[in-house]
Amino acid sequence: MAQKLLLEHDHVPDIHTFDVYRGKGGYRAVEKAFKAMSPDEVLEEVKKSGLRGRGGAGFPTGMKWSFLAKPEGKPRYLVCNADESEPGTFKDRYLMTRLPHLLIEGMIVSSFALGANTSYIYVRGEMMPQIRILEKAIAEAKSAGFLGKNILGSGYDLDLFVQPGGGAYICGEETALLESLEGKRGNPRIKPPFPAIAGLWGCPTVVNNVESIAAVVPIINDGGDEYAKRGNGKSTGTKLISASGNLVKPGVYEIELGLPVEEFIYSEEYCGGIANGKKLKAVVAGGSSVPILPANLILKTATGNPRLMSYESLSDGGFQTGTMLGSGGFIAFDEDACIVRNTWNYTRFYHHESCGQCSPCREGTGWMEKVLHRLEHGHGKMSDIDLLVDVARKIEGNTICPLGDAAAWPVASAIRHFRDEFEWHVTHANEAMERNYVNGQ
Amino acid sequence: MSDQVKLTIDGISVEVDPGTTILNAARQIGGDLVPPAMCYYSKLEGSGGKCRTCLVKVSKGSEKDPRPMPKLVASCRTTVMDGMEVQNLTSPEVIEARKGVVEMLLINHPLDCPICDQAGECDLQNLGYAHGASGTRYEFERRTFDKIDIGDKIQLHMTRCILCYRCVFTADQITNNRVHGILGRGDTSEISTYIEKAITNDFSGNVIDVCPVGALTDKTFRFTNRVWFTKPVDAHRNCPTCKGKVTLWYKGEDVIRVTGRKNHYGEVEDFICNTCRFEKKKTADWVIENPTPIERTSVISSNHYDTLIPLPVIQKNKVLIKANEEEFARTKKI
Repeated sequence: MAQKLLLEHDHVPDIHTFDVYRGKGGYRAVEKAFKAMSPDEVLEEVKKSGLRGRGGAGFPTGMKWSFLAKPEGKPRYLVCNADESEPGTFKDRYLMTRLPHLLIEGMIVSSFALGANTSYIYVRGEMMPQIRILEKAIAEAKSAGFLGKNILGSGYDLDLFVQPGGGAYICGEETALLESLEGKRGNPRIKPPFPAIAGLWGCPTVVNNVESIAAVVPIINDGGDEYAKRGNGKSTGTKLISASGNLVKPGVYEIELGLPVEEFIYSEEYCGGIANGKKLKAVVAGGSSVPILPANLILKTATGNPRLMSYESLSDGGFQTGTMLGSGGFIAFDEDACIVRNTWNYTRFYHHESCGQCSPCREGTGWMEKVLHRLEHGHGKMSDIDLLVDVARKIEGNTICPLGDAAAWPVASAIRHFRDEFEWHVTHANEAMERNYVNGQ
Repeated sequence: MSDQVKLTIDGISVEVDPGTTILNAARQIGGDLVPPAMCYYSKLEGSGGKCRTCLVKVSKGSEKDPRPMPKLVASCRTTVMDGMEVQNLTSPEVIEARKGVVEMLLINHPLDCPICDQAGECDLQNLGYAHGASGTRYEFERRTFDKIDIGDKIQLHMTRCILCYRCVFTADQITNNRVHGILGRGDTSEISTYIEKAITNDFSGNVIDVCPVGALTDKTFRFTNRVWFTKPVDAHRNCPTCKGKVTLWYKGEDVIRVTGRKNHYGEVEDFICNTCRFEKKKTADWVIENPTPIERTSVISSNHYDTLIPLPVIQKNKVLIKANEEEFARTKKI
């Protein structure tokens, strides 16, 4: 079994308490950073590690940090994006439940590197238990002297706050998150300016995913070069994957990037194959927003190479024959799953979660949902399929934030790879209804 | 000046001040290459970027960084760079995207123009005419809302709203408290005031002027006349609250409506106060300046030109020729 970096101690009883976490070597990274390193050296280690943002876009974290503007007389902020609400993704929730101190330790080191004296963890509103766990952990860390004034005698102050969101998917978009954190309606801002220049309350801000910040801890402990040795090519280190769907053993797994997809699905160490001895039909590899791929394309790329769990390998072939690693929400569908129904379900989600600010997304997501609802419930027309492709194309790339793209990609890719199934829903409407609603799925 | 920024839009070069947006640079050139804008309003800080009708393609980022921008950008919120090359009408991609946006804006719009007060001076009508398709592919029920009265002078009919947020920005600028905003999310979001409260502000009537569609209408004017039967005249008065520069809309001898003075892009020059807008409806209240210049292509100027050439169908049909002549005679009298 590959060595774990984040979830090494996740099964230790009471690891969510300060004492147990400290006993397992916790807060070593804080001590190392504060006693032996300067903020720039911490940044340098993160750059060397090649860590890429774990929230979905995969933007190099070190580079994001180095873009942070440092004007005189203005505070800087670090905001942790814990508004995990992508369907199929639940890794951050697990991490915060089991290892809240890992996140707090990462926050302290990262804030130190960025020179932020106030940092926020913006947690999705539905995660009330995790908010309580985090608040308790912050109080423990504070009384142990790792938070507050003059941490470890270094003269550096840090206040860390947990802010519950209202439970909107859109607040996972970084500028909408900042708006929400400021107490406004969670509408994405129009970029530029980017948060690194003008973010929270107009001050330079870095927004990072929970897992990215947690990964800073092993990077500082072992060094950036050591971290970069793990993984595959430009996809360095380990990644938490939330596996769900028709798998024998769904759950959160920490994998080394570059693991073959086939091994991840079928090996006993990970998902253990498809449940009930059925065959794999399709996989959504990175949370509901990324394009769906049929079994043959997820196991092997279009050029015949084995597909690996890494940023590059999964996006091999572009959107024609590839997909994205995204946030690591790995959803597997067996041969009985209905792609039309599943696509409709995703569209329902995006229709519900669109903020309504810009017209293509506000109107287009509802339109796609209605057309797919009609297709799924036996009233579809052949022309609906091309209509969906066209509407998806008109949304994609024309919106303020990536939610429009996220709504369009699943529809476009499902039709690209499973057009025959959509057509079957039109030509055999009664059979499709029977299969999905009478024979019980 | 040497610190001017040079860029080309559809191959036509223009020099503008640094910090200007692409849309305003295009407006300096003027003509057909100006991208349409439904939500951007130059007088309102922070407006724009939402409707996506002004999308353009930046085929060359700047002199320093000549890479094209990866996506279409909202021209109302993108500032120009030196050496930038912008494509609007010359890019099929932009035309296609804009057609998509117009279609999206119209799928939930009731298209009740025959009973809408805004008809004839509606930005959405003009946009649909210029960039839209003749039919719709939308086959579902359109969303509807109940009408809401915002005070005794303004009515909000959300069904027609395209959520441009202009009235929200107006309300934010004229009042200290947040009294007017958006409720709900996605395609069920709606403009509303705090529990249907009236906006009590001397300038609240300006939300009517900024509304590009017929969602916010003047209750003192509602259903009294079609705009193309009225004659706009610029006038002013010595007003203690506002600058008092307005447009009076005459029907015969009566002033039936007062609005701010709108320019070519439908933006008012100055916001006017509610006293001027709702209460001063006598010619005696005003000093008349001159007839308001109206675009010849606008329906408001129809029948107001002696040299108007009737449409071919009118030239051939005898009944219509007679009706046209009578209409000519009648308008001349007015």
